[in-house]
Amino acid sequence: MRRGIGFWTGLCFTLLVSAFLILPIFASVIAGVTANQFIGISSGFTTRWVLDVWVNYGGTVLLSLQIAFATLAITLVLGVPAAYVLARHAGVTARLVEEALVMPVAVPGLATALGLILAYGAVGGLRSSWVFILIGHVIFCLPFMLRAVLAVLLAIDLQRLEEAARACGATWAQRFLGVVVPNIRGGILAGSLMVVTLSLGEFNMTLLLHTPFTRTLPVGLADAYTALRTEMASAYTLIFFALIVPLLSGMQWVVSRMDQPGGSR
Amino acid sequence: MHDRLRAGLLIAPALAIFLAFFLIPLGYLAVAGGAGGYSAILTEPRFLRSLVSTLLVAAATTVITLFISTIMGLFLARVRFRGRSTLLALLTLPLAFPGVVVGYLVIMLAGRQGLIAEVSMALGGDRIVFAYSLAGLLLGYVYFSIPRTLLTLMAAAEKLDPRLEEAARSLGASPFGVLRDVLLPGIAPALAAAGAICFATATGAFGTAFALASRIDVLPMVIYTEFTLQANLAVAAALSFLLGIATWAVLAVARGASGGAAA
Amino acid sequence: MSIAISLRNCGKTWPGGARGLLPIDLEITAGETLVLLGPSGCGKTTLLRLIAGLELPDDGGAVLFDGREVTRLPIERRNVGMVFQSYALFPNMDVAGNIGYGLRVRGTPKNEVKQRVAEMLEMMQLTDFRHRRIDALSGGQRQRVALARAIAPRPQVLLLDEPLSALDARLRDQLRQEIDALLRGLGITAIYVTHDQSEAMALGDRICVMEAGRIAQIGSGRDLYHRPANEFVAHFIGDANKYTVMDGETILRPEELCLRPNPHGAFNITRVTFLGPVLRVMVRHVDGRELRADVPDDPSLQPGMRVDVTLRRASPTSLESQGLGVGASIILD
Repeated sequence: MRRGIGFWTGLCFTLLVSAFLILPIFASVIAGVTANQFIGISSGFTTRWVLDVWVNYGGTVLLSLQIAFATLAITLVLGVPAAYVLARHAGVTARLVEEALVMPVAVPGLATALGLILAYGAVGGLRSSWVFILIGHVIFCLPFMLRAVLAVLLAIDLQRLEEAARACGATWAQRFLGVVVPNIRGGILAGSLMVVTLSLGEFNMTLLLHTPFTRTLPVGLADAYTALRTEMASAYTLIFFALIVPLLSGMQWVVSRMDQPGGSR
Repeated sequence: MHDRLRAGLLIAPALAIFLAFFLIPLGYLAVAGGAGGYSAILTEPRFLRSLVSTLLVAAATTVITLFISTIMGLFLARVRFRGRSTLLALLTLPLAFPGVVVGYLVIMLAGRQGLIAEVSMALGGDRIVFAYSLAGLLLGYVYFSIPRTLLTLMAAAEKLDPRLEEAARSLGASPFGVLRDVLLPGIAPALAAAGAICFATATGAFGTAFALASRIDVLPMVIYTEFTLQANLAVAAALSFLLGIATWAVLAVARGASGGAAA
Repeated sequence: MSIAISLRNCGKTWPGGARGLLPIDLEITAGETLVLLGPSGCGKTTLLRLIAGLELPDDGGAVLFDGREVTRLPIERRNVGMVFQSYALFPNMDVAGNIGYGLRVRGTPKNEVKQRVAEMLEMMQLTDFRHRRIDALSGGQRQRVALARAIAPRPQVLLLDEPLSALDARLRDQLRQEIDALLRGLGITAIYVTHDQSEAMALGDRICVMEAGRIAQIGSGRDLYHRPANEFVAHFIGDANKYTVMDGETILRPEELCLRPNPHGAFNITRVTFLGPVLRVMVRHVDGRELRADVPDDPSLQPGMRVDVTLRRASPTSLESQGLGVGASIILD
């Protein structure tokens, strides 16, 4: 292990940047439970702000969760079969389709949202419904599910596994459900965690797509924040972190399990 | 033939959703600009200025981020220590934060009551506040760009063949020489890919500028204000469409150049 | 139980124009083990996959099982057992699960599946491993599981695609014998693909040597070794010296030659290599042509010595007719 100048520079640099990235998170978490932000921790801890947030914005948390899981369900149903098709076909058409399906990631959420409003904003019931936001989220999150599942499909010897199952006499449905899906569980899980995380945090699109009756967590957060209610904003951020951190840890865990020789279980 | 039919059926729902809720809206967007919208963009200096600011901010963000992420990525990929995975987990946390939260964190760091303000005051100097200026904006942008690029660069650094480095050292190369001649060229495709993602994301970023109520008019903010406050649909649509095409093009080029390592 | 297979005019052209297989006719008798032997790219695996039903032959080609045309039938319905080079075991099932898969997907009642799996486990000496996950198995064990899985549903024909190539030499030898015993015991029609000549000799009732998409020669091991139809087969199976006698050409195998030191001999020893079972000696004639001789070990044979080269024993057919018997001196003209 080279412990030369390169190592120490690298280490110091990394620690500094890590501090830059991580400390504000802790500061914000602490602020969310501090009685008086201006005085600091010495003013004591309180759950007052968190309760305030729940009273004023509790609905947004529930709506965000609702949208996130609905997005998950839809992206699973759309994305897993699509990834399977893309993994099995190598031609130009397949690559073009893949490019197309991944496009929404490259386009800013604002543009996508504006487009949706122009195209479907006039459809009465839809515009004021949470489904409108759901649509935007599905479009944005599908590429991530697709990529996660596709990555695992390409890593296993899909063709041989399917041929072996076929040689044993299995129909398509039998081999898809009995052999393919069980062996890509890791990718499906990683994709799922990714989708839920992205949906919970989505702001750019949702800001345009929402109405006062369909506000999600990030939108509510921005609202609390622009209203200069900083203590509540801190507590609100804290709630957001409380939702996100377990999901992200889960993702890390899944990914690390997949890297082990145990394979893509 | 049976096989192709089934493939078509399996992928049809995803394609249908894509068509109905992305392609068609994009079409509406392109058209809604109209002659009025597109010409306004070209004639009013405000929009041009905003475009230039946006590109400059994105470029600066990319340069700074790549610099930081490369050093960190090379270090973290090659060194193992206890708590490494925890550190990595923490560093990738910001990936999930909406821009608003990032803006808020910038204020926690560099705002009127921020960490830096308190520390600078405690050290006896002036209260240093820069959250609401260009520095603050850049800080925010770099904040959410580092996690995005770090993972890509780390992955590339891990794939480097250590024997190439050993060969260089056996021939007498200094650590800096190794960096310049072996490491950086080795991760060049990943650098291009990460840089493109960073640039495209920064160009389209909205939440951070929104939270910081920045004086700098980045394009997404302009689009937002034109749409919600000015009800100027044509301009908003035209700007959005152009922005969308531009970011998509940047990523497509990067994907081609890096051989698929990018988005 | 076991069936005869016919291929009529079966060729395979890949999209893009490359010819994997030129139109072939092949008759395989019920119960025989046919080995497809050849270098990589010769089309042997393609041929196997055509018989399996994983590829369709070009228009005009037909595959028949016991006279019944199965060309359009996909592999799921052909009732074949297939063992892949990489085994392709299902990671999400344990050993018993893998072996029973073919029976389960056909709707076999559970207790019958259990019984048959137990039979297979015992046949392959895997009874202790029934609940093992496949990534905890060694290469040899995986191979046995792959075989068991293929045989469990009582297929009409067994297809094996280089099943031993992923194993080390010692294991390969051992498993080769086991497979040989298995195939004879089952009496099933088997088609075995390999690039290893000794494997082919050990397992095949007949060997089909392939080159560049066509059959170079098909016959028993002896036929191919002593009566190669062309130079490719002669050089692919065993080592060969080409030897021209009068107006004909023939093949002399290295082990058929004897060396006798003679200071006036027509041949000069150029290189001697001790291989264990034999001593490999390269000799060069005064006119420059080289022969290779595999002789019993003799430390007195050294590079630079002059020798005579004689025939150790009578070679069947070709050389007799040239008038060469045992002890005849090899004279190059």
